[in-house]
Amino acid sequence: MSKGAAAVGGRRYGRPVTSTAPLIRARGLVKRFGAFTAVDGIDVDVHPGEAFGFLGPNGAGKSSTMRMVGCISPPSGGELRILGMDPVRDGPAIRARLGVCPQLDNLDPDLTVRENLTTYARYFGVPRRTARERAAELLDFVQLTERADSRVEPLSGGMKRRLTIARALVNEPDVVLLDEPTTGLDPQARHLVWERLFRLKQQGVTLVLTTHYMDEAEQLCDRLVVMDGGRIVAEGSPRALIERHSTREVVELRFAAESQEAFAGKLDGLAERVEVLPDRILLYVADGDTAVTQVEARGLTPAAVLVRRSSLEDVFLHLTGRTLVD
Amino acid sequence: MSVAQRSRPELPRVPAMTVLAYHLTGYRRTWRAGVFSSFLLPTLTVLGFGLGVGGYVDQGVNGVPYLEWIVPGLLASTALQVAIAESTFPVFANFQWTRSYTAQNAAPLRVGDIVAGHLAFVLFRAVTASAAFLLVTTLLGAVASAWAVLTLPVVALLALAVAAPTFGYAAAVSSDSWLAMLFRFAVIPTTLFAGVFFPVESLPGGLRHLAYATPLWHAVDLCRAAMLGAPPQWSVPGHLLYLAAWAVGGWALAVRRFRRRLVV
Ligand SMILES: Nc1ncnc2c1ncn2[C@@H]1O[C@H](COP(=O)(O)OP(=O)(O)OP(=O)(O)O)[C@@H](O)[C@H]1O
Ligand SMILES: [Mg+2]
Repeated sequence: MSKGAAAVGGRRYGRPVTSTAPLIRARGLVKRFGAFTAVDGIDVDVHPGEAFGFLGPNGAGKSSTMRMVGCISPPSGGELRILGMDPVRDGPAIRARLGVCPQLDNLDPDLTVRENLTTYARYFGVPRRTARERAAELLDFVQLTERADSRVEPLSGGMKRRLTIARALVNEPDVVLLDEPTTGLDPQARHLVWERLFRLKQQGVTLVLTTHYMDEAEQLCDRLVVMDGGRIVAEGSPRALIERHSTREVVELRFAAESQEAFAGKLDGLAERVEVLPDRILLYVADGDTAVTQVEARGLTPAAVLVRRSSLEDVFLHLTGRTLVD
Repeated sequence: MSVAQRSRPELPRVPAMTVLAYHLTGYRRTWRAGVFSSFLLPTLTVLGFGLGVGGYVDQGVNGVPYLEWIVPGLLASTALQVAIAESTFPVFANFQWTRSYTAQNAAPLRVGDIVAGHLAFVLFRAVTASAAFLLVTTLLGAVASAWAVLTLPVVALLALAVAAPTFGYAAAVSSDSWLAMLFRFAVIPTTLFAGVFFPVESLPGGLRHLAYATPLWHAVDLCRAAMLGAPPQWSVPGHLLYLAAWAVGGWALAVRRFRRRLVV
């Protein structure tokens, strides 16, 4: 390694060069189920310490991708390296360093909360004693200490989800894969999970997550890809995606009539882009208030008007032609 | 903290042992309920069949009192029942309901470790249930010879011979009604006709050969030889090899079926 590589712009980088190579690297990655192609040639790089998101509607291929990265589903084509290793040949060695929170919880309902963690830790070779200590710490981390010795079966969905996340951490993983970590949780439980994931990120753990939630992606992800129909349709930081694929502000107009469609034609030239949804019309504009004035000047009287900043949801709508169903 | 510097525990030397430990953890919670029946059942069968039915079988079988004659058969059939019960619904549930196998598959285990760990648990269950049966029947005076302890390795082999292919079956079926069919069309007929309650020779030709093909008959013949001190009806290595062949073939089937379910 040359000196120049280690000292860029007068600053010395602490990490060894090997650890700045992507932890996950996919090129033309494909997953087929019979004749059906679920993941259709995607390129992804996830770097150490990053929080990386897959955003996409139902059936986009997010879980299929996560399962390939989790080394439980062999790729049907393309190239995939995880932690510098080959997922098909080195499955167990890679999985030893991953933490996985699958889309569907698969905790053992008949074991206690604590036993779910300790038995799982043993698969990774964590000694019994260490497993017990770590289970106690993790239960504290996900705020389940009080339920440590109760069975899993009667726990609420949010508690189970938190336990699954705790279980994904028993081996102190380098990369945590979270497939829809907060789907089905109430807002309070969701915020708790976000806060915990954010703490993990601060500790230098690399997070890879899938989500349908824009706010989740905006809050947690440094970088994300938008997937649709097995393909990546956009990539970047949440901010950059909004700047590239949307305008600064959005005006939402709701007309009292049956069909919003009828009004769309009367809005020509008012916005960079007009999106007609079944229940409202979106105007993509630089300045929302100006646009509202112009709408009124044309004699249109929408029942409701909302001016807001552009969000990932708008990017998503623009790229996939669909709103995300929460 | 750099990823490269983090120290990591060695992966378990025998990963299947950690899977066995998981199954035993669950069993710790439920064994008390089962222990009663594993002592009560042999008591009832000995009383019912040995004394009740035996009272009508005046001359015994081949000169052996009926009770002593059927105990080895009941012992082997207990092992079979437990082995199959533990490898049908529990295996199906671990795929379909609790998805425990899916969870294990995401850890650094191989498919073979997942199968071996669960199979080891089934073996443990079958052998402890058989040992309980042996203990009760001995206390009731239905066991004549100390050679009876040799039956335990035999029923262990029988348990593997039937549990392994049943793992494969339970991993392959799409609905749990197929599991009930297995009991109805395989387990119950086997138990009735494989020489547990009456000698296989009294069956008509075709059925007799079917009975000889069941793993249970081979185990029953060995157990009977060990407990009664009489020579077996077939060669001992032949019996052992036949049972081992079922175990090995069943293992191959089970791993194949598990892989097909887990690696998609
Ligand atoms: N084992 C399988 N066999 C056949 N088809 C599958 C299998 N798994 C997934 N698919 C199909 O692949 C496509 C992508 O599924 P995937 O689960 O990856 O989507 P997703 O983006 O995770 O969706 P969701 O948001 O609903 O979880 C879907 O059309 C799905 O039906
Ligand atoms: Mg999914």
